[in-house]
Amino acid sequence: MSVFNQPRKRVIQMIILGMVVLIITRLFFLQIVEKKYAKLADANAVLRKVIYPSRGIIYDRQNRSILGNDVLYDLVVTPASVKSIDTAYLCNILKIDKEEFRKRIITAIVKNGRVRQSVFAPLLAPEVFGQLQESMYLFQPGFELVPRQIRSYPYSAAANILGYIAEISPAMLKDTGTYASYNSGDYLGFTGLEKTYEPVLMGQRGIQYLIKDNLNRPQGAYENGEFDSAAVAGKNLRLSLDIELQVLGEKLMKGKSGSIVAIDPQTGGILAMVSGPSFDPNLLTGPYRSANFSKLYTDTTKPLFNRAIQATYPPGSTFKPMIALVGLDEGVITPSFGYPCGGAYYGCTRPIKCEHHDAGHAANLRLALSHSCNSYFSHVYRLSVDAGKFGGIRVGGMQKWADYMNNFGFGHKVGIDIPSEGRGLVPDKKYYDARYKGSWNSCTSVFLGIGQGELLLTPLQMANAMCIVANRGSYYIPHFVASIDNDNTHLLDKYKVRHDVAHISDTAYSAVIHGMTDVVESGTGRVAQIEGITIGGKTGTAENYGIVNGVRTKLKNHAVFVAFAPAEKARIAIAVIVENSGFGAKYAAPIASLMMEKYLKDSISTKRQPLLKTVMETVTIDAAMLAKSHLDSLNNNAVIKKKKP
Amino acid sequence: MNRSQAKLTQGIDWPIVGLYMALVIIGIMSIFAAEYRGDDNVWQDILHPSKNYSRQLIWFGVSIVLASVIWLTDSKFFTATANLMYAGGLLLLLLVLGIGKDVKGSHSWLVVGGFQFQPAELTKLCTNLALAKYLSSQETDFTKLRSRLIAAALALIPAGIIILQDETGLALVYFSFFLVMYREGLPGVLLVIAFSGIVLVLSALLVDRTILFTIFTVITALVIYFMRREIKRKRSKLALILGVYAFCGLFVMFVVPFVFTKVLKDYQVRRIEVMLGKENDPKATYNTRQSMIAIGSGGFWGKGYLKGTQTRYDFVPEQSTDFIFCTVGEDFGFFGSVIFLGIYVALLFRIIFVAERQRSTFTRVYAYGVASIIFFHLAINISMTIGLAPVIGIPLPLVSYGGSSLMTFTMLIFILLRLDADRQMVLR
Repeated sequence: MSVFNQPRKRVIQMIILGMVVLIITRLFFLQIVEKKYAKLADANAVLRKVIYPSRGIIYDRQNRSILGNDVLYDLVVTPASVKSIDTAYLCNILKIDKEEFRKRIITAIVKNGRVRQSVFAPLLAPEVFGQLQESMYLFQPGFELVPRQIRSYPYSAAANILGYIAEISPAMLKDTGTYASYNSGDYLGFTGLEKTYEPVLMGQRGIQYLIKDNLNRPQGAYENGEFDSAAVAGKNLRLSLDIELQVLGEKLMKGKSGSIVAIDPQTGGILAMVSGPSFDPNLLTGPYRSANFSKLYTDTTKPLFNRAIQATYPPGSTFKPMIALVGLDEGVITPSFGYPCGGAYYGCTRPIKCEHHDAGHAANLRLALSHSCNSYFSHVYRLSVDAGKFGGIRVGGMQKWADYMNNFGFGHKVGIDIPSEGRGLVPDKKYYDARYKGSWNSCTSVFLGIGQGELLLTPLQMANAMCIVANRGSYYIPHFVASIDNDNTHLLDKYKVRHDVAHISDTAYSAVIHGMTDVVESGTGRVAQIEGITIGGKTGTAENYGIVNGVRTKLKNHAVFVAFAPAEKARIAIAVIVENSGFGAKYAAPIASLMMEKYLKDSISTKRQPLLKTVMETVTIDAAMLAKSHLDSLNNNAVIKKKKP
Repeated sequence: MNRSQAKLTQGIDWPIVGLYMALVIIGIMSIFAAEYRGDDNVWQDILHPSKNYSRQLIWFGVSIVLASVIWLTDSKFFTATANLMYAGGLLLLLLVLGIGKDVKGSHSWLVVGGFQFQPAELTKLCTNLALAKYLSSQETDFTKLRSRLIAAALALIPAGIIILQDETGLALVYFSFFLVMYREGLPGVLLVIAFSGIVLVLSALLVDRTILFTIFTVITALVIYFMRREIKRKRSKLALILGVYAFCGLFVMFVVPFVFTKVLKDYQVRRIEVMLGKENDPKATYNTRQSMIAIGSGGFWGKGYLKGTQTRYDFVPEQSTDFIFCTVGEDFGFFGSVIFLGIYVALLFRIIFVAERQRSTFTRVYAYGVASIIFFHLAINISMTIGLAPVIGIPLPLVSYGGSSLMTFTMLIFILLRLDADRQMVLR
């Protein structure tokens, strides 16, 4: 080994040099080759602080703010800085015991460590905040009050429309596609407009880079704020909704299950959408959100279920105008077509009863509509589907009819701008083939002619159908948002497109519309009359079956009323359903009428105040179900009380 | 030599003084960089020593006084009192065992009038003097085993006591005296054996014991097979091979586990295991990880003095003492680190040069001792900041914050300068 032949001084020098070369090689890899350390150093020392913009405000059609922002306070704790404070006093203010206090401190340490802040008590109720603020100096520096924006609903109305925001869930965080830009702890829209318009409402988050020390304490701006970006506030939404109309609708639906949908036929803008019974949206903001949510979720009256778009009902007689439109468009009838009804329809094996038997009550379309003749529309339905040009019902007739229905917006989502819309059901050829194995005919589905049978529509679809009648064959997809401030999105494009659904002559439309104005003038819907306004309407009584103790049982009928006004050039089209309340004219028609009066005349006449009072006080929800419901007490105890509107 | 007629500084080795000054000043600047916050009032901190850098400045002043006193002392004083100092050092170490104070988990500190003092630092100097004294004495024949054992004992007895004080890191430094002994004639093969020993220990830690034992057996079998002719000629070779085999086997199967479970502290075992990549305890790796991030983020040119984000915001623990190199690495980058290491290499080589020009064995042995101690500190300290060695907590000579350390190294170097200035004399 030659190295040992060298002078020992050289060997020692070699050892020293060897070690230093080893160190320098390592340094070379650490400092020059490996790039991750610079990034890690930044991750260590640069604190990326997200600046949350204020969320967009939602205004109604009169520019009244109906969903805004409020400030609540979180009590945050830095466990390491909690020293000799009056724990008992703090517990007393927060109404917790010492065990709970200890538990929360431990949770905070486990979650974020000793030297970083954790939320100790989120979203303090105003009176707790007041008490704390006064004596905060006693608890500092371990405890601090940190402001936090929350949503507030000054009218306590339109809960199911506006929706609510909540903290992003772990499952959503894993979905890096849709929620890539969100971090844990962020709030986002979960339902309603808050969800649909989340991208515009949330605004653009700002980022501030701060230098931090080893304990994550900010020490100043990083690179003099060169890389910071400012937060951009969320954009405001302007709705077609009329909040006063909405509030009235919710009052009218108090104690009733059902819904009201009112649309401006000329734009498709929704004026009011009530799902009864309704709840105060402020219940789902602030400190008690989760507790309230589970109470609402389990309530027997199902207030979270937006009946206006999610519930489906057989439309009953209110469907007859649509049957007429199909017959007219296909050319199987003309407005002067008459049917000799003698009190029932005998075209199929089982007679279908009609309310009228005087001769000539169905001598033409207008008369048949105003008298709601079952025989007439059963017959027209069968004529439509059996029409020779389609080769019979099982070849093309049924499918053609179903296509008409789909064009009218039935059997599929209409496309409203809040989530969870229902489809309803329009039975088509495939449906009957599957159900009756090919042996069926127009008698099998004859009940469709009077709006019963398999057909199911959402209240929104019914109201939209009224827009089609009022507009004489066209509609805009019903929607809430009329405009977005500084809009650069294409979210609203599809609501600006007119949809033409039938090509029927004006005289034919006039026959249908006259038939419907007669309903209110002199027919079944007289209760809906408003002084000085011509109303086209149609009552309906939807038969309704449910499973009671395992047996299919006929339940009390749903009352249905659809209308539009003024008939000459409609400004409002409406559908009202009051579940299990019997004949359509009894509750549904007055509610629709009061809504239309409020919207068209801005107030309810003194003459009709008693009616208003009666309707508001009527309770149609099953007494047993109502007894188990906590909805009223919840609504009365909503934490953030309505501001003066 | 007639000192009264000569200039006061005659014979002083200026290169060593210059390198010494450079390192101490770099040290104070680095400690300053580790502690300074933008809004500190520097002058007030210096006047009221509340910060490490201001205290280190004071220690520097004390060191200069000490260096002057040493410079004015007669060289013969050191040879004459070497053994006495060694005995005194051992006494101090034993005293610490009795009345010492616990600081950061080690029982190695004495508290005298409010000052903390670590005798284990000082005994390096005493041992170095005693070793020089022994090896230079005329009775010593270093070719004899007996002398070698005595020399080894001189070096290792203080190390043993220091291990009892839970300062394993400092004790390790006493092994640097074997480098001195190598220079004085210890067979080079011992260095090879020592190196092999390190490899053996590392493999014993890294590889499963039974697998390692199987590997030894296979190697031994192969060696015996290939050397079967020679073994036939000379039976003793077989005994030697089997002896080495038995030693390795015993070492791996029993000694290493024993040391790891009985001798070393838990935290030391964990640090060694972490360094070897056997364990991923985030708490144990934190120091090294943060230190490597700080140094690695420096890049080639560094972030600039006082611009480092890691060293200034307390990410690296023990920033002013054991991990002071991070400041150099982060603020001055690869470029600065190489220059910094260059200063040490220059100092070490200059000391070796000085050692080799001595007429007296005493000074030569002493000088090699100084070089070896500095070298061991340097190698271990920097290796641990860049993840090459476990964190065993020994300071970087002249740079790390700490009075005991700075004064010990000052004394080591200035005694060398004093002895060197008198190199015409033969000192024993």
